[in-house]
Amino acid sequence: MEAKIGCYICKGCDIAKSVDIDKLIGAAKEKKVAICRTHEAFCNPEGLEIIKNDIKNEGVNKIVLGACSPRVFPEIFDFGEDILVDRAVLREHVAWCHPAGDEDTQLLAEDVIRMSVAKVEAVEVPQPLIEETSKDILVIGGGMTGMRAALAAANAGYKVTLVEKENKLGGWATRFKKVFPKAPPYQDLEDSGVEALVELVTRHDNITVKTGCTVDKTKGQPGKFAVTFGDGSEPMTFGSIIQATGWKPYDTKKLDYLGYGKSPNIVTNIELEAMVTGGGIKKPSDNKPIDSIAFIQCAGSRDQDHLPYCSSVCCRVSLKQAMYVRQQYPDAKIYIIYKDLRSPQQYELFYQHAQNDDGLFLTKGEIAEVRANNGSVEIDVEETLLGEDITIKADMLVLATGMVPTTKVDDAPASAEGSEAGSRPTEEGKTEDGKKAAESAEKGAHILNLTYRQGTDLPTLKYGFPDSHFICFPYETRRTAIYAAGCVRAPMDFATAQNDAYGAALKAIQAVEAISNGKAVHPRAGDLSYPDFMMQKCTQCKRCTEECPFGALDEDDKGTPLPNPFRCRRCGVCLGACPERIISFKNYSVRMISQMIRSIPMPDEFDEKPRILAFICENDALPAVDYVGIKRIQYNAMIRIIPLRCLGSMNAVWVSDALASGYDGVLLIGCKKGDDYQCHFIRGSELADYRMENVREKLKQLVLEEDRVEFHELAISDYDQIPKIFDDFLETMNRVGPNPYKGM
Amino acid sequence: MAEFEPREDTITADTLVVGGGIAGMTTAIETAEVGKDVILAEILPTLGGRVAASKQYFPKLCPPTCGIEINLKRIRSNPHVRVLTLAKVENVTGEPGNYEARITLMPRFVNEKCTACGECEKVCEIERDNDFNYNLDKTKAVYLPHSLAYPFRYAIDPRYASDERMKKCADACAYGAIELDMKPRTITARVKAVVWCTGWHAYDATKIENLGFGKIKNVITNVIMERLASDNGPTGGKIYRPSDGKEITKIGFVQCAGSRDENHLPYCSAICCLASMKQGTYIRTQYPDAEVHMFYIDVRSPGRLEDFYVKQQADEKFHFHRGKVAKITENPANGNVILEAENTLTGKITKMEVDMAVLAVGMVPNTSETPPPLGTPLDEFGFIVPDSGKGVIGAGTVMRPMEVAASVQDATGAALKAINHGMRR
Repeated sequence: MEAKIGCYICKGCDIAKSVDIDKLIGAAKEKKVAICRTHEAFCNPEGLEIIKNDIKNEGVNKIVLGACSPRVFPEIFDFGEDILVDRAVLREHVAWCHPAGDEDTQLLAEDVIRMSVAKVEAVEVPQPLIEETSKDILVIGGGMTGMRAALAAANAGYKVTLVEKENKLGGWATRFKKVFPKAPPYQDLEDSGVEALVELVTRHDNITVKTGCTVDKTKGQPGKFAVTFGDGSEPMTFGSIIQATGWKPYDTKKLDYLGYGKSPNIVTNIELEAMVTGGGIKKPSDNKPIDSIAFIQCAGSRDQDHLPYCSSVCCRVSLKQAMYVRQQYPDAKIYIIYKDLRSPQQYELFYQHAQNDDGLFLTKGEIAEVRANNGSVEIDVEETLLGEDITIKADMLVLATGMVPTTKVDDAPASAEGSEAGSRPTEEGKTEDGKKAAESAEKGAHILNLTYRQGTDLPTLKYGFPDSHFICFPYETRRTAIYAAGCVRAPMDFATAQNDAYGAALKAIQAVEAISNGKAVHPRAGDLSYPDFMMQKCTQCKRCTEECPFGALDEDDKGTPLPNPFRCRRCGVCLGACPERIISFKNYSVRMISQMIRSIPMPDEFDEKPRILAFICENDALPAVDYVGIKRIQYNAMIRIIPLRCLGSMNAVWVSDALASGYDGVLLIGCKKGDDYQCHFIRGSELADYRMENVREKLKQLVLEEDRVEFHELAISDYDQIPKIFDDFLETMNRVGPNPYKGM
Repeated sequence: MAEFEPREDTITADTLVVGGGIAGMTTAIETAEVGKDVILAEILPTLGGRVAASKQYFPKLCPPTCGIEINLKRIRSNPHVRVLTLAKVENVTGEPGNYEARITLMPRFVNEKCTACGECEKVCEIERDNDFNYNLDKTKAVYLPHSLAYPFRYAIDPRYASDERMKKCADACAYGAIELDMKPRTITARVKAVVWCTGWHAYDATKIENLGFGKIKNVITNVIMERLASDNGPTGGKIYRPSDGKEITKIGFVQCAGSRDENHLPYCSAICCLASMKQGTYIRTQYPDAEVHMFYIDVRSPGRLEDFYVKQQADEKFHFHRGKVAKITENPANGNVILEAENTLTGKITKMEVDMAVLAVGMVPNTSETPPPLGTPLDEFGFIVPDSGKGVIGAGTVMRPMEVAASVQDATGAALKAINHGMRR
């Protein structure tokens, strides 16, 4: 279909008061714009009718809408999938933050229109990539979480295969006699309900159970995961995967400091549970009844030398186990020594109920020493509330140990840990992530056994948990359509884990549905574009394959990228990485941005009108620029804004383009990077910062001042800093002087 | 895709989500991204709920607006979501797979022609207490709820809609967007499942008489602290003590204010320890020399959140004291606040004088005051009983006190519970 551009310039919301609309029309008509119209308010029914009429009767299919920000009324200005709309922001970025009737305001507005026209000229409406994909879901791990996830997905009509490495389903729940209560009155121990769940799962028509089975290899991409199994059974294809492989207890070998191993009477909470489900609690050394028992909380937890985190459940588990003891021994003395007693939410009532037991002594304190002698255990406790050191003597000691995710690889090098956050560029101009990927491929837990170039398993965040870093998006993982659920993701109780299973199952369903329609999943959910590679020009530099935050790109033997579009999250980091500029989306490309850069007239050096190009991340920084407008805060009108999908998609060539075109300086504004990164594509802003090295190199080659390019991290709430960033940079440009390449 | 107001009298969807805070927004958009139709009904003029009133989330100290922005982007562009604001769900009848909800759409007095240009606000002569800021400041009677409001349109406080002076606002609107004679309208929603996400409110601190809130000016609550610290709050994000605007040199955080207490809230609200630590960082950032003192019974920072506690412990000006504050008095000479903490075991009393005190009050589920329909079982505190198989599906803080990440997790799961529920017949 022939492209026909319509340009619609809204006069409402102070725009017409601010700038000369006729001149904006003039700017639009410099290019091949078929129709150009104005209206008092295009968002109102009458205004909308004008646009709809042009689409219908004039064949307009690319629209430049010079009006408000795309954050406002996108639903109103959605004219269907075949119509491309670009919002040239005349309201928030021009009329509301620059003086009305000013020459520079006018020039800015005209450039905003020019850049938008250049953009729509360069892009096309993306057509979705639709292939035959599977909607079946693989659940790995047959404990409470995995079973619940399988059942939830199966009940929604999806075919599920549930793989469990043990010979029967049930996991830890089958080894626990009771669980603490999640329902009112929050007092009495409950059954875990594991038998009923096993029954439901086993009988469900949509669920295939494979016990005594592991995943041997997972090849391919979402919608087409080709999975082979350890038991040699027929390979299968899945759309998405839920990893519910749970936890293992903390290594008892490391608990010798609490006396473990010194006496059979010192056991872990897991071992006590086994006694209860076995023949009952007896003193291990002589198999006699006990008179007293002590529990040490945080055994190997909340300790920088062991597990630095809290396993969340152990306090309640010990209270539960105290109840077991009481049931069997009405007169036994029970001691619980804790740092902080953690029974959150309504579980506080369970704690209160447990305290009704007169023979239960709870004391806060730090453990100084544990001694085993003559068949009993002595515990020296310091820093107690009473202010004095005490010694507790008991027949048995239970160490309340914490949870370690099955994804935790023992003695993994520090670099494999936290691979999400820190990766620094190496001398060759590549990040260390590639190396780390190779390392983690060796060191990975080998549960998923992905054949991804970036490793065999979900990247872990901290302490071996493949958890999400995002508070608002707890299911975000770096491997598209693979979701972690339950205790593998974070320590949690059975009730929470089962809710988590529902959440992960929902995401798994979403993924297969989105992929079957060629749509992206979070955070660009619904995006139909995907990257296209002009492979004949690829130089096998491997930057894209190493830098993709989602491991979307594999490599052939020579290092040529092998794209897996269904793994792609459409951030454009690959596009930013590629020195050969061979990666493009239909509606987002190196060419598009280059044309936008070059679309504006460049005042000469005697005009004293510097031009500053600002590449701004559309996720956090661009809304922040909108707020500046909404708050009517003023800043200089020399700034020309180009929004990017993610600052990580910034290709260094754009900076060269800008400087070669005569812009005096370039600003890059992206999300926060580092340990508490806010980048929605995880590593984008960090990569942009790293590419600054290349940019500085480029500046040196061009004999330009380093000051001409500045990188800023900005949280969405830091909008008040934007005018200062803009104005300070203008001042810097005034100091540095005009770009000598101007007019060349 | 949000619709400002449905034209039909009966609308249908797979799931009705009640409450447009973080849990409700999440349930709605997660459902819609499966391809199911959702109605999201919020009683206020905007989505965002309590998270929109927070400065930062623990432990990342990142702004809630970041996630709300992404969620709104998803909601705005998804054709399967229908957002109703000022929508009160009156009653729900029916059975799984076939419910009928009566929803009253209360008048906004501003129609879909509003462009949020703000001309009406400029000329408006009436002011109202700003409940978003706990009435610590005022807005005009025609107001944009906050900078991330969605829908991004003005609303008029119904108490003033019939005031003669509001005509001036209507006249100032170039788009004919103000309709002062707008009437409530009741519509019917036919859905397969109902998810209840009506959230929480802070425990009324005036009930904790020994802690002096409401009588001693420099005793505030954690939710008020959050507004004081927020850039869109009543002080533009500057934390000063309320009585005299003095800068803070020493602040006390009183944990379990009315929580874990049989006379008030017997349960633990799970987030207050971390919230106070977070608010301590607000003070430490604004006043690098100020001391923070936190009085607690147990510090509860589960999972990886322990790292956040460890981080604050490393700050030499951040002090943790075990003991429950039993009494707060005022030093009349200087307006300072005197905290008396009692060691629960020894009975020993510690006294400390601080510039101001923050009561870490707990969460009360809104379902305790406005119970959900369909005979949904509640516990004695008003939380929805989990997995009862009866009534509505709950998500977020109507189930248990929980932080944002847990609410989102719960809400994502609730989306699937609702889909399962709708297919159960």
